Amino acid sequence: MANTANLEAHATGHDHASHDHHTPTGWRRWVYSTNHKDIGIMYLVFSIVAGVIGGLLSGAMRLELQEPGIQIFHGLAAMAYGLEGDSAIDAGKHMFNVFVSAHALIMVFFTVMPATMGGFANYFAPLMVGAPDTAFPRINNVAFWLLPPALLLTVLSMFFEGPAGALGFGGGWTAYPPLSTTGHPGPATDFVIFSLHVAGVSSILGAINLITTILNMRAPGMTLHKMPLFAWSVLVTAFLLLLALPVLAGAITMMLTDRNFGTTFFSPEGGGDPVLYQHLFWFFGHPEVYIMILPGFGIVSHIVATFSRKPVFGYMAMAYAMVAIGFVGFVVWAHHMYTTGLSLDVQRYFVAATMVIAVPTGVKIFSWIATMWGGSITFRIPMLWAIGFIFLFTVGGVTGVVLANAGADRALHDTYYVVAHFHYVLSLGAVFSIFAGWYYWYPKMFGYMYSEFLGKLHFWVMFVGVNLIFFPQHFLGLAGMPRRYIDYPDAFALWNRVSSIGYYVTFVAMLIFFYATWEASRKKRPAGDNPWGEGATTLEWTLSSPPPFHQFSTLPKIDSKDAH
Amino acid sequence: MSAAIEKNHDYHMVEPSPWPFWMSVAVLVMMIGAVAWMRDWTPFPFFIGLAGVLYVFYAWWADVVKEAEDGVSHTPVVQMHHRYGMMLFIASEVMFFVAWFWAYFDGFFRYDDVEQVARVAFTGGHWPPAGIELFDPFHLPLFNTLILLTSGTTVTWAHHALLEGDREGLKYGLWLTIALGVLFSIVQVIEYTHAGFSFSGNLYGATFFMATGFHGFHVFIGTVFLIVCLARAYAGHFTPERHLGFEFAAWYWHFVDVVWLFLFASVYVWGSWGVALNH
Repeated sequence: MANTANLEAHATGHDHASHDHHTPTGWRRWVYSTNHKDIGIMYLVFSIVAGVIGGLLSGAMRLELQEPGIQIFHGLAAMAYGLEGDSAIDAGKHMFNVFVSAHALIMVFFTVMPATMGGFANYFAPLMVGAPDTAFPRINNVAFWLLPPALLLTVLSMFFEGPAGALGFGGGWTAYPPLSTTGHPGPATDFVIFSLHVAGVSSILGAINLITTILNMRAPGMTLHKMPLFAWSVLVTAFLLLLALPVLAGAITMMLTDRNFGTTFFSPEGGGDPVLYQHLFWFFGHPEVYIMILPGFGIVSHIVATFSRKPVFGYMAMAYAMVAIGFVGFVVWAHHMYTTGLSLDVQRYFVAATMVIAVPTGVKIFSWIATMWGGSITFRIPMLWAIGFIFLFTVGGVTGVVLANAGADRALHDTYYVVAHFHYVLSLGAVFSIFAGWYYWYPKMFGYMYSEFLGKLHFWVMFVGVNLIFFPQHFLGLAGMPRRYIDYPDAFALWNRVSSIGYYVTFVAMLIFFYATWEASRKKRPAGDNPWGEGATTLEWTLSSPPPFHQFSTLPKIDSKDAH
Repeated sequence: MSAAIEKNHDYHMVEPSPWPFWMSVAVLVMMIGAVAWMRDWTPFPFFIGLAGVLYVFYAWWADVVKEAEDGVSHTPVVQMHHRYGMMLFIASEVMFFVAWFWAYFDGFFRYDDVEQVARVAFTGGHWPPAGIELFDPFHLPLFNTLILLTSGTTVTWAHHALLEGDREGLKYGLWLTIALGVLFSIVQVIEYTHAGFSFSGNLYGATFFMATGFHGFHVFIGTVFLIVCLARAYAGHFTPERHLGFEFAAWYWHFVDVVWLFLFASVYVWGSWGVALNH
């Protein structure tokens, strides 16, 4: 073929030692990158930076809630505004909600999504399908580089006026009107809206890139039904991103024009409907929670199979369970809205549809257990995180079934029970899957092994810490403690104190994580191509650690007999 | 290792590019500028950012066009990438319009919802809401529908001319399509100036102007896309076998056309069904 001949002539025309334009160096290698692995690493670094910011915000919240009464936010407000006395306390109450909102936005859009769909999906989906890079390397890079401006806009919002006379946006990540329209006349909310616009464009572009890569760049012989489950999870997640985020863009654009140009989409006095915003938001928001967890499903499937030395149980069911979760995830959104006056028929439908999601999710949980069943299990660090994920995600899933009931939700809506539920599936589910992926792929990405002891220590301290934070919040929610308040009656003091102690334990766990990462980079223990042995069967383990700048210059051929 | 340089596949290993990074810088300036403009602080940063965004679009796509013309980069599999990418982009655009139709139908179907007391007080319990004068769908809107449908046929004419190697037919077809697109936009502006309702203060105006306005914006983008194709046609680009840039402009144009048909059918015709209209 003429093209190939041309390229070969081109390649042999260069001295291989000169490291010509194929291996860029210096800052250009990163800033102008068109390499999926470099972009993946940048995403991971970004996610860690954002995670630290988001984690410190929640630390301030836990410090505040450690005891009844107001502990620190009046002091923070005094520093920020130069206020004193009661006015400092009032400003502090708003600032607490600003921290809640920024924590949520940062963790959802700038920590979990960049880690899973940015970092791991970019780095490993092309490797797993046997592709030399992604389909659109420049679009890949712009998807990454749009995130720092988006994060900056969210952080900036904390320093601009929100409600009259107070700084920052305090309307939660859901940003319901009228609190986020007439309740926040200042520019802070506009910064948040634009932040979400930019992050949304980033995610849509990333999704287009990943879908095209997975559908059109699989190595010869790698049919969809031979494709590793992580690539499946990325494919499904990317479709959710592609179809859900534009609806959010529409909703927040309506909010923008309501706020600044006098439209009345969400204000009843002009014929609008605040509940319309909630419908639009959750039509995006519910797929969004699956966007955060599905890549974790993929990661955990590989880890459980690797360390059980067995192919994953029920591969086809595992793949199509994710597809089913993706589909059904688009038609359950109003279970977030049981208290908004939906008709009983509508509530019945959303209860039933939501319950249905437990079926494919159960398929996944039981298949992971069945994969371990009779396997030759080694409890290496990624496996600890994966098993931790399965346990904690199941806890969150079970409370999800409770909350799916409109009747029960009437009492539990907006209580700490909901906070406990979604932190069990996200900060204990999604984040554990991210750490599982980190420890599983760290030797592949960086070529070094971390300390087994420090990794185990990180896992156990973190496991204890996060459960101490969030398990007591079930009790608080069942007892009726509402979320998004700076203060609470004395009756809730005990479990709030336990929860705050849990934060400190988790904080120590994060210090261990950073120390373990630093230690690994100092000790430089070579990891080898495949540190995990025969259980690790996917294509990334056939490459060096770290893989060459451009892998698969000759595409791998997948034998029709090969297991997935 | 020389093996790292040699490549035995047909994928396009794209060289490092400055444009993604500078796009993000321009977007940041534009977004901060947009807040500054809305707050009446200063309009300038927005336009500086916008200029940056437009320049990066131009420079980036100029690189893509160069690669399309170099005869090496865009192998058949890479062309298939581009088809996937464009289809997925249009799918996301469709979902964007879903939001605006959702807002419209929320008012249209539930104008007399007894639970929404304030809304019923505003609409007076009937459709269209009190004080709103609707357009006659079979006046300018029908004319515009015919313009867009005709432009769909002229772009197909251009496509078939291109497939037959008839370069003059390609240019004629594109000129006509662009002219019809511009005509549509002009008629839409004329229609807007005759609206019997305002943009602000009422749900009907909000949904009407934002839905048709975003459609109009997409007509504008599609027209620019077609103008680029026309310029490339004059520059001798496109062959009967390879003309993805043109095909994507045509896909986009048809997408814009279909959105209009939905707007025409649901907002203009259905929305005014049985309503007494003033002419």
